[in-house]
Amino acid sequence: MSPLFLFLSFVALLSALGVVLAKNPVHSVLFLILTFFTLSGHYLLLNAQFLAAVNIIVYAGAIMVLFLFVIMFLNLNEETEPHKPALAKIAAAIAGGSLLLILVAALRNVSPAGYDAASFDSQIGMVDRLGLVLFKEYALPFELASILLLAAMVGSVMLGKRETGERNF
Amino acid sequence: MESLSKRAKVLEKKPMTFAERAYLPAIFQGLTITMRHFFRAATKKQITVRYPDETRPFSPVFRGLHVLKRDEAGRERCTACGLCAVACPAEAITMVAGERKKGEENLYREEKYAVSYEINMLRCIFCGLCEEACPKAAVYLQADKMAPPRFERDEFIYGKDRLVEPVTPDNRSKRGIQLTPEQADKLRAQLA
Amino acid sequence: MTLPALGWQGLVVLATFGISLLIATYCTYAERVIAAFLQDRVGPDRAGPFGLLQPLADAVKLFTKEEFFPAGANRALFVFGPCLAMVTALMSSAVIPFGNFLQFGDTIIHLQGIEINVGMLYVFGIVSLGVYGIMIGGWASNNKFSLLGAIRAASQNISYEIAMGLALIAVLMMSGTLSLREITLQQSVAGEWHFWNIAKQPLGFIIFIVCAFAETNRTPFDLPECETELIGGYHTEYSSMKMGLYLFAEYINVFVASAVMSVLYFGGFNFPFQYELRDWLVSSRGLELVTAQNIITILGLVGLFAKIFGFIFFFMWVRWTLPRFRYDQLMRLGWTILIPLAIFNIMLTGGLITFGVIK
Repeated sequence: MSPLFLFLSFVALLSALGVVLAKNPVHSVLFLILTFFTLSGHYLLLNAQFLAAVNIIVYAGAIMVLFLFVIMFLNLNEETEPHKPALAKIAAAIAGGSLLLILVAALRNVSPAGYDAASFDSQIGMVDRLGLVLFKEYALPFELASILLLAAMVGSVMLGKRETGERNF
Repeated sequence: MESLSKRAKVLEKKPMTFAERAYLPAIFQGLTITMRHFFRAATKKQITVRYPDETRPFSPVFRGLHVLKRDEAGRERCTACGLCAVACPAEAITMVAGERKKGEENLYREEKYAVSYEINMLRCIFCGLCEEACPKAAVYLQADKMAPPRFERDEFIYGKDRLVEPVTPDNRSKRGIQLTPEQADKLRAQLA
Repeated sequence: MTLPALGWQGLVVLATFGISLLIATYCTYAERVIAAFLQDRVGPDRAGPFGLLQPLADAVKLFTKEEFFPAGANRALFVFGPCLAMVTALMSSAVIPFGNFLQFGDTIIHLQGIEINVGMLYVFGIVSLGVYGIMIGGWASNNKFSLLGAIRAASQNISYEIAMGLALIAVLMMSGTLSLREITLQQSVAGEWHFWNIAKQPLGFIIFIVCAFAETNRTPFDLPECETELIGGYHTEYSSMKMGLYLFAEYINVFVASAVMSVLYFGGFNFPFQYELRDWLVSSRGLELVTAQNIITILGLVGLFAKIFGFIFFFMWVRWTLPRFRYDQLMRLGWTILIPLAIFNIMLTGGLITFGVIK
């Protein structure tokens, strides 16, 4: 375990805790962005440059901006925070605790398969390799996903289109 | 309705052409206009007057700060007749007249003189009527001086200390135009 | 003097950093002079010859101004906002190839901060993070106008990133790589006629440059700071050097956008007849091949900077020509015109590649 990995994991765990524990929702979102950064760092350590960059562009750069956007609009703060009944809090704690238990139990005995330095392919995470895999083995799901996204984009364009009779400035 | 002038244009509301809707030709048109200005500013002489370094010339009919003139012998010309104060449409001039004592003949030209003479530069409209009213050719509006800005209002009330022309010939001016050294020498010889 | 290769690379990174800062500094001066000339004025000419020391005077002014924290502001985030804007702006110039390589004996120095095979995505990712500096600063100011500016910045950047990415895809379809260095090298091949990407992607370039204006928050898309409606937008409450950092970050973004456009569409460090010139230097002037290559590299560096300065000038030229868009016009332009146009461009490029018209 390299010191870089330890550092990234430490920051990732700390910021993930920050997401849950921060009182201010804007702080929560910022912690979540930091978590995504550390995840990208992990991808880089795994030699997956493309995945790291896309993770930052899509999650940190676009989706979290929208999150922040909405939260800033709502202007949530401690005064407007709804108070949950004690029963719900206890139920949430039990549910979360059991999930943690299951995860720990499932991952406790996993021994990561180490890589052999001689046979390790250093180019594995590179963008051209990834492209070949996506377009050869997973061409159908990839195209389906892209059609879904295209449909979403066309939908947003249609929403923005002027209707006939709408006021034209 | 009959139009009042023949300049009115009838506007037809046509749908925009493709070039107009594409907006890019209009942008390039605007860019060429600004670029023309850029080259004009960069190559031709600029219109800007760089003020502290260069000043714009005053107009020949410019009327600036007042001065109370002295005569050739260096005596004050003003006799405190009050005609300037009467002529003044803004009522900016006040004065107190006094009698000339014995031994002051080299200071004041007439037997009556202005003990105090004040012009309020905030009221003054620099019309020049005082200059026209003066029978003794004592008050003039200089063509090259202005009342500078001040912080306090009472600093704009100019007394005799700031209005009367200085005594030394080199500081004298004729209608506000500084005397040349030759003219100053001539005046000095006359005074001696 | 012996330095390991990594040491040289460190120097290149440092130089990139310094050049970004220097160019941003003098952009403030250039902006004023160009604005003045476009409006038949004189511009700053008091500090030093031709006013060249004006940026220094500005820096002194900004540093000595009062540090102001608005009431009810989130102090930590209020400071963090401008820092983030500056950091993200500076980070993005790291992958831009400013020149080919210099060779002294055995040491080869690539005139590029870091070469990664997803260079374009790196720039894209960092640029998409740039909006956080504006959003956080605008929100932390505890001011309605700042918040509106921040929200405008967010939605504007996200909308135009899509069109920008789609315009970029058409270039990447031809190049087949994301590395900026590879894209540059592909735009000039020895011994054959080879055009820069602008000749193959004119539509894509127009879309890209419009989106670059929107991404750097420059007029006609400077709605986040729109002073007629929002006072100063996201930096209304900022004073002193925190304000300066925001302004600086904007100019660094302009510099990076210009550099990226030069690299993607205008051949980067290539210039016409470079190989002929190198061969002529070797054959007629009797220079060694290495020396001739070094000369070509340096000329290419100068050429790239000339292109970059041309684009920076264009940014300023447009700023003082076009009025600001209205917000709904901006969104309509982005979503209903640029994005369909970019998709059409992708299909057109795909068709042309399939039929072998361009490669």
